[in-house]
Amino acid sequence: MAAPTPVWRLRLYQALVLVAVFGAWHVLTSPTLLPSWYFGDPYRAAFFFGEPLKIFARIWQWFASGEIFVHLGVTLFETLMAFAIGTLAGLGIGMWLALSPTASAILDPYIKALNSMPRVILAPIFAVWFGLGVWSKIALGVTLVFFIVFFNVYQGVREVSPNVLANARMLGAGPRDLLRHVYLPSATSWVFSSLHTAVGLAFVGAVVGEYLGSARGVGYLILQAEGTFDINTVFAGIVVLTVFALLLDGAVGVVERRLMKWQPRQGETEKL
Amino acid sequence: MTECALELERITCTFVSRDDPGQRYTAVADTSLRVGAGEFVSVVGPTGCGKSTLLNVAAGLLEPSAGRIRVFGDPLAGINRRAGYMFQSDALMPWRSALGNVTAGLEFHGVDPGQARARAEEWLRRVGLGGFGDRYPHQLSGGMRKRTALAQTLILDPDIVLMDEPFSALDIQTRQLMENELLELWAARRKAVLFITHDLDEAIALSDRVVVLSAGPATRPIGDFAIDLPRPRDVAEIRVSPRFIELHAAIWAVLRDEVLKGYAQQRLHA
Repeated sequence: MAAPTPVWRLRLYQALVLVAVFGAWHVLTSPTLLPSWYFGDPYRAAFFFGEPLKIFARIWQWFASGEIFVHLGVTLFETLMAFAIGTLAGLGIGMWLALSPTASAILDPYIKALNSMPRVILAPIFAVWFGLGVWSKIALGVTLVFFIVFFNVYQGVREVSPNVLANARMLGAGPRDLLRHVYLPSATSWVFSSLHTAVGLAFVGAVVGEYLGSARGVGYLILQAEGTFDINTVFAGIVVLTVFALLLDGAVGVVERRLMKWQPRQGETEKL
Repeated sequence: MTECALELERITCTFVSRDDPGQRYTAVADTSLRVGAGEFVSVVGPTGCGKSTLLNVAAGLLEPSAGRIRVFGDPLAGINRRAGYMFQSDALMPWRSALGNVTAGLEFHGVDPGQARARAEEWLRRVGLGGFGDRYPHQLSGGMRKRTALAQTLILDPDIVLMDEPFSALDIQTRQLMENELLELWAARRKAVLFITHDLDEAIALSDRVVVLSAGPATRPIGDFAIDLPRPRDVAEIRVSPRFIELHAAIWAVLRDEVLKGYAQQRLHA
């Protein structure tokens, strides 16, 4: 096996990929740099695909004027609430169903039905139930996050090693000890693998909800810009959302590494 | 021997297939076994003969289809609270450090955390893992994990110790070290031990008594040998003593046919 590339080189290459993508984008859309080879009108490419420099100018202006903060705050609040509620509900109900075979046998077909339902379509219903404020968005995000976490917890609890379980019982663990010291830690590795997916879906819930009807939020900004064919602002909104989704995912990763340090990692030897 | 620590009386265990109730398998049939207080009893038998089933019954993890279990004279209901169980495969909690695993039993029994920690550290030193308390199970070698499991079981000071081929996964050197350590710990505390193994040498070297089980299905005891070797013993040295060889020959004569039967049956099912 070849020696792994050092981290700083990897980061450099990653940065180069980013620069290359935006560079190509800039060159291909700028009205003045290259002669227009596809569209008749030189401004047409910029109209359809936006211009990276204007997108960044837009983002800069948002943050400089502070205009974005109220929208970003709303979207992040919705995302975090959906993430927290969905995860806790998934954890609790997943545990409960995994540990009570009768309840899980009864509810099994309904859970499968709810999971296979296209849940984004619930957004208008939630708007009717919870209004156009943040709660209809949170509700949508929760339905997306819940099932991911739920299925992983369910699986995690069922795959607890029977040996570890029997051992804990022989050591005198009661039902509550088993839940806290055996089932929960055993399920966490499954939960964390699901949380990375769940963060993305919480964002989807918030933005789709805002997109369908709201007065604040990054999804609202995107919708407004689309109404006036302001493609640069649409892309600016997408870039901001992507960056924050990455940050949130990174935060989950940090917590994961701290809580899961008992898990074996591969390649712990060091080249001298 | 005045008191009986563990008494299995006419135990039968029949497993019924969940998908097909017509499919039955009798692992253990009509088996009686007694372990006196402070006595070290080994059970040997061919692979797949239901030795572990018997141990699970003694631990209260498995309810037998028929028969009675008495622990120090009292009938057993649920988990056997006076017994410690050392499992064949790894049963440490991977999310707890070695120290955390050893304190677990005390924690479940509501012992003060500071005191539990002190006692666990003492036990880790006793099994030769003094500086390894903060390691997680995956950072320990197989032998170290077994030592941790031994400390985890013995820290609760159980009156009966059940051991299911605890050293079978270890290499021969580590194994003999562990066997000697076990004998030393046992000699100091004199608990009743029910030790399951498929290794006759190990059984004779460690025990006061060796019980031979027949090949499955419907396993039952077919021989009961008192081991009159002097103690304290060194498991490596005792193997070459004339009395050991004599006992080994006598028990092996009984066991060999069963091993062959068990092997033939496994080939039949394969």
